[in-house]
Amino acid sequence: MIDPIKLAFKNAKEKKRPALLTYTVAGDNTKKKSLQILKSISKYVDICEIGFPHNTPIADGGQIQTSAYRALKNGLKISDVFQIVKDFKKSKNSKPVILMGYYNMIYQYGKNNFINKCKTSGVNGLIVVDLPWPENKGFAKKCKSKAISFVQLLSPTTSKERLKKIIKDSHDMIYYISMLSTTGGKLKVSPKQILNNYSKIKKIDPKKNCVIGFGITEKTIANLRSADGLVVGSAICKEITRSLNNRQNPVTNVSKLVAKLKNKIS
Amino acid sequence: MKLKKNIPLIDQHDKFGFWGGKFGGSYIPETLKKPVDDLTKEFSKLRKNKSFIKKRDFYFNNYIGAPTRFIKLENLSKHLGGAQIWAKVVSDANGGAHKIYNATVHALLCKSMGKKYIVGDTGAGYAGKMLSMAAKKFGLKCKIFMGAKDIKRQKPNCDAMKKNGAEIVPVTTGSQTLVDAVSECMRYWVSNCDTTHMCVGSTVGPNIFVKICGWSTAQISRELKKQIKIQFKKIPKKIKLINCVGGGSSAYGFWSEFIDFPKSQIELIGVEAGGPKNSKLHAAPLSRGAKLGVLHGAASYVCQNNDGQINETESISAGLDYPGVSPIHCFLKDTKRARYTYATDEDALNAYKLVTKFEKLNPSLEPSHAFAEAIRIAPRLNKDTVIIVNSCGDAKKDRDILKKRLGKRI
Repeated sequence: MIDPIKLAFKNAKEKKRPALLTYTVAGDNTKKKSLQILKSISKYVDICEIGFPHNTPIADGGQIQTSAYRALKNGLKISDVFQIVKDFKKSKNSKPVILMGYYNMIYQYGKNNFINKCKTSGVNGLIVVDLPWPENKGFAKKCKSKAISFVQLLSPTTSKERLKKIIKDSHDMIYYISMLSTTGGKLKVSPKQILNNYSKIKKIDPKKNCVIGFGITEKTIANLRSADGLVVGSAICKEITRSLNNRQNPVTNVSKLVAKLKNKIS
Repeated sequence: MKLKKNIPLIDQHDKFGFWGGKFGGSYIPETLKKPVDDLTKEFSKLRKNKSFIKKRDFYFNNYIGAPTRFIKLENLSKHLGGAQIWAKVVSDANGGAHKIYNATVHALLCKSMGKKYIVGDTGAGYAGKMLSMAAKKFGLKCKIFMGAKDIKRQKPNCDAMKKNGAEIVPVTTGSQTLVDAVSECMRYWVSNCDTTHMCVGSTVGPNIFVKICGWSTAQISRELKKQIKIQFKKIPKKIKLINCVGGGSSAYGFWSEFIDFPKSQIELIGVEAGGPKNSKLHAAPLSRGAKLGVLHGAASYVCQNNDGQINETESISAGLDYPGVSPIHCFLKDTKRARYTYATDEDALNAYKLVTKFEKLNPSLEPSHAFAEAIRIAPRLNKDTVIIVNSCGDAKKDRDILKKRLGKRI
């Protein structure tokens, strides 16, 4: 069976567009609502990144922090995250799921237990923000043995030598952080410069699917459409916050936003 | 898990930065890998460089004011009627606390790396105050991240920071204390690491920050060792070195020269913040059995729940009010070289009252936790036993809290 993440990129490529990846926080603002949001955006999205919220996030900006605190305040537990994934994967239009979060939660769950639970819940990939290469080698291997894709992160500060080594050890998908920033920062470098760095990564191994994330919004997404995939996270979390503040339904508002994002890259 | 002899504890880690195979490390986002590597290289180069050491010693002597006093607390010893109690008055240091050592070294590192901006976190405000002082001294622009709750309760130090020209960034997320200030500071560094140097205020955080801080505060025990030899002619047979432990920077600095001694001769006692007497919240991961976890880029014992969410902490002392602790103290605990206990808010306040009643010493709430343990054990010990407490901070910053709790003007 072909890896569902790989297949998602292949499908997008056939339609001559980048894959659209969204990031939402599990349980934001409630378990039920976050599942509804996933189900409703699923028809526009190629891969769903789902965050498991942590209360001491060292690399997330204000928007995602707000979403994470909101979910935790409503009592979200790690077991709920797996349940949300399970329910989502049972739904009609479900897409591949990548869980994203901080290492302490995996560590407390037990590395092997966590990977096994991912497997039985239908998780396809994992991003661990604070477990860099080469420290993540052992964990990445364990993921691979269970057919879960461990997504390596690359940043503008990653040296060329290091890029090569990380890409060599990476699974099918890699994630390029567009700029020096926490998530949701204002794009402070030009799309041209981002794509320039992106092409350096692609040159090292053209077969690996490379997505770009951090600072991507409705305004900037079209300029980056030559990438294999684009991740939008904070802009979605912001829309949830805005909807809640205006007493509107976040499900319909987020769905509209994601449809627009898709439209810009189609 | 074993301690090695003749190697500084800060260097007893493996190639991934772990002490005892499991404490420490560098759990950092990819973006910080390069700045952390650069800093690691720079530090390992400079610590071997004679002219850098000379420069450090020059500022330690002439700017910080080394050595700080080593004094006998005659009246307190007499009152308790047991062991002799001594104090290493580290609060003599310029600025009033041990945080100046780490701040000065970081400012020197920042300068030698050609960066013009320096940022840091602070709880009690001492780390922030000292960093702002060092930044001013060395011509660096300085930003300090501080929890909104701490800004309120440690106003005198905030005033000092502003006077030194530093910008204080209030952190309003989470419990609005040190833990959130460190997170926000790290986030700021992720976004600005190309131009900015980060100073972590204690022996916590990614491996290199533990090392730099420990290397800096080790000055305390270098001085103390000499002073003990002068005072007693040789190292006495029974010494107890008592120090408060929040992140653990002053305790490491106070102990580093004495770790190789047998435990039977020199006992190391760390005192954590037990929080209010009847509260479930505390900031004592070592002495109250917290589980191993990852916080702020390092693995250590951390107050947390089963899911790995970091617990809120509570302590009268902002400088100890932190859910994690230095990986090197975890290592000292598990190798049983040091013993860790805790004192409650009330214990610390009572100790403060007693010390200030009998001695011309004004320890802040942090070392008052250490004095509480000294006062507790001294009466049971004979007078050949030498208890030395690190009085690592001055209580000026605590005047509002002390006035409120003790009705006392200081």
